[in-house]
Amino acid sequence: MTIIFDGLAAGMLLFLISVGLSVTLGLMNFVNLAHGAFAMLGGYTCALLLSRLGVPFLLAVPAAAATAALAGVILERTLYRRLYAATHLDQVLFSIGLIFMAISTAHYFFGATQQPIVLPEFLKGQINLPGLDVGIYRLFLIGVGLVLAAGLQWMVSHTNFGAQLRAAVDNPRAARGLGINVDRVFTLTFALGSGLAGLGGALGIEMLGLDPGFPVKYIVYFLIVVAVGGSGNIKGSLLAALMLGVFDVAGKYYLPQVGAFVIYAVMVVMLIVRPQGLFGRSAAK
Amino acid sequence: MTPVLQTRNLSKRFGGFFASKDVSLSIEPGARHALIGPNGAGKTTLINLLTGFLEPSAGEVFLKGEDVTRLAQHQRVKRGLVRTFQINRLFAEMTVLESVTLSVCERLGLGWSWWRPVGDHTAAIDEAAELLATLRLLDVAHEQTRSLAYGRQRMIEIALALAARPQVLLLDEPAAGVPTDESRELFETIAQLPRDVTIVLIEHDMDLVFRFAERISVLVGGALLTEDVPEVIAKDRRVREVYLGEALDG
Amino acid sequence: MTPAKLDLSPLRRAAAWRPAEYAFWLLPVAAFFLFPKSLALLSQIAITALFCLSLDLILGYAGIVSLGHAAFFGLGAYAAGLMAKYGWGDPLLGLAGAAVMAAAAGFLTSFLVLRGTDLTRLMVTLGVSMMLYEAANKLTDFTGGVDGLQGVDIQPVLGMFSFDLYGKTAYWYSVAILFVMFWLARRLVHSPFGLSLRGIRQNVGRMPAIGAPVNARLVAAYTIGAAYAGIAGALLTQTTQFVSLDVMAFSRSAELLLILVLGGTGSLYGALIGTMVFMAAHHFLSDINPQYWQFWLGAALVLIVLFARDGIMGLLRKLSTRARTSS
Repeated sequence: MTIIFDGLAAGMLLFLISVGLSVTLGLMNFVNLAHGAFAMLGGYTCALLLSRLGVPFLLAVPAAAATAALAGVILERTLYRRLYAATHLDQVLFSIGLIFMAISTAHYFFGATQQPIVLPEFLKGQINLPGLDVGIYRLFLIGVGLVLAAGLQWMVSHTNFGAQLRAAVDNPRAARGLGINVDRVFTLTFALGSGLAGLGGALGIEMLGLDPGFPVKYIVYFLIVVAVGGSGNIKGSLLAALMLGVFDVAGKYYLPQVGAFVIYAVMVVMLIVRPQGLFGRSAAK
Repeated sequence: MTPVLQTRNLSKRFGGFFASKDVSLSIEPGARHALIGPNGAGKTTLINLLTGFLEPSAGEVFLKGEDVTRLAQHQRVKRGLVRTFQINRLFAEMTVLESVTLSVCERLGLGWSWWRPVGDHTAAIDEAAELLATLRLLDVAHEQTRSLAYGRQRMIEIALALAARPQVLLLDEPAAGVPTDESRELFETIAQLPRDVTIVLIEHDMDLVFRFAERISVLVGGALLTEDVPEVIAKDRRVREVYLGEALDG
Repeated sequence: MTPAKLDLSPLRRAAAWRPAEYAFWLLPVAAFFLFPKSLALLSQIAITALFCLSLDLILGYAGIVSLGHAAFFGLGAYAAGLMAKYGWGDPLLGLAGAAVMAAAAGFLTSFLVLRGTDLTRLMVTLGVSMMLYEAANKLTDFTGGVDGLQGVDIQPVLGMFSFDLYGKTAYWYSVAILFVMFWLARRLVHSPFGLSLRGIRQNVGRMPAIGAPVNARLVAAYTIGAAYAGIAGALLTQTTQFVSLDVMAFSRSAELLLILVLGGTGSLYGALIGTMVFMAAHHFLSDINPQYWQFWLGAALVLIVLFARDGIMGLLRKLSTRARTSS
């Protein structure tokens, strides 16, 4: 049970980080392998605010998300925008370039070591139930994840912005014809996706760790979430991320000799059998 | 005479929509056959079904009496059924001579030969050059395809198909997007092709159709409305309605 | 009957060796005498060049994008390493074994990359290479895992030239294999088969309509590319007498893609020149500071994608046309 709980918590983090990637892929057909760099940026911002400036945890985390979102807007406006029409290969090369720059920058400022994190008192410790030990922080992560997933779903299906986003994902050209400012929708979406990644990175220091190699270490996990969940699909991403989290944690615990092999195999099989993802492709669902 | 190309109840369904519906067509060797019909009548879909570009939902395609319904596109090409595309599909970075040589090489079965350079396959190159001469493309033989004007590119579209030595040639709006004077020239070239090449043509310009075709099939809503010689088709009330109706809607 | 008016020689002689090419292949000879102390680095350059050539065959010519090409390099490296460890230490036999092993893997996985968009191909190739990496990581009895494969004992080349401490044999061996493989690749890309691969890359939708079996051609190209990568991997094993797990790492695939794009895809010399420039820059810049190197590498990649998509070969071509038009 504890393992499932840990897995769910890890899955929530994966969801927060990957959902932005899933939507940019679904919306603008842009393969942004550097998405994990935004998570890393959030992580380092949070670590810096906590350790050097003594900002309280509950303030540092949103600040980290905001920083990542801001970086997202700036990069989208200046660089990403130029490559929307480019081939996937060009987009991949471009984002690998960004990853390299992000890794070396992080290395320069923070060194190669894992960033330590001190959680506030009220998030430490465990709740002990008969046969079940639940870390409070795990519980907190799952709670935050669920609230945000519900919020995102509500935003997409009930707000004006959500309607524009759905229209733009389903058919960008038609959406333009309807007078929707697709460029603006994309900038905002990109910012939101980067912000969520930053949030996930900040919250994830304790579970996923944080070092300059972060964007590469988890790249395959983000891609699996997108591949299995279906690009541009929020609910699909959530389910895929939770499944991945649980399988990963359980797999490492029960079958350490097989390791991540099974997870990669699942991704390849998924891509071959159901290229649209397990849950189809649409922001609405 | 056995028809060179024949279909039996050929249908293609996309969801609940029939892009082709029960089309039974029979084309004699050496025919000059036109497929006409309003936009969305399923003319290109029919060509896609004939060539194996699309798989039919039902029905069969016969080439010289052989059932080719399950054969892949390239296998039908090997048996002499060759098409051109409504929107150019060319090799942008190759020279004109290279492109046509590529097509000739594929026909000669050289596609797998990897030892001797293309330049040593003189027979293929000579044949490609001859074809360019016939199509009046010699002056641009060493130009990159992408650098040419659209009218010339349209000619290369046909050259690639002819290099495959078709017995049945399916032309999907060969003059689409070509200026009028050039399209006359293009049709003269097509008209001069030898009679052992059967030609099936999709064309919107009725002037060209009636001058070129010896038989005309009219498609409406994916189904075959009628088929006859041009004189009869021109007088057919239903055909006029279809075209007038379209003119009123448009 | 040949039309008399047209000069066919531009196509007839397209495959003839040019003076610049002869000059290019004097470089490895010159390098041997100019940098006798850097033979290890020079061997690495030759091996990476061969690896890059293998990616160019599948990406630059057949148009198959891959983020996991290191899988075949790694398979070749382990195949040669294991053969040597268990008594088959003849270098050429090792190369053959590695080529067969990698080609088999390439053939089998080619069916996974046939279908699908570039994106699917990128993710599938990445996934397959990660699977192999994990397998090599976990099968420690077999591969040595993270500690690497030890006890690789390579016999003298052709029974005559043993691998010496200065790396002279290793260098000449690597350069010779690179040259032979390059020469074969050069024949291949200029042949009708090579022309059909270019056709597939430039317009995959037209090829079946001129009678070409596209899937079979792609399977062949992918298999050949994998075999080339396997040979490159085997060369690395034989010249270093060791196999480390990172022969299969993602970063190796990503770096290779970068080298090829730097040099220019779809040109065999682009692959070679890209490798030379990259490895030389790597050697000098990472000596100063490894992070510094990685940052500028990333920046260069971003700039290449935005402004110089045809790489160094594109630049050279532009310069030579300009020189020709101005004179």
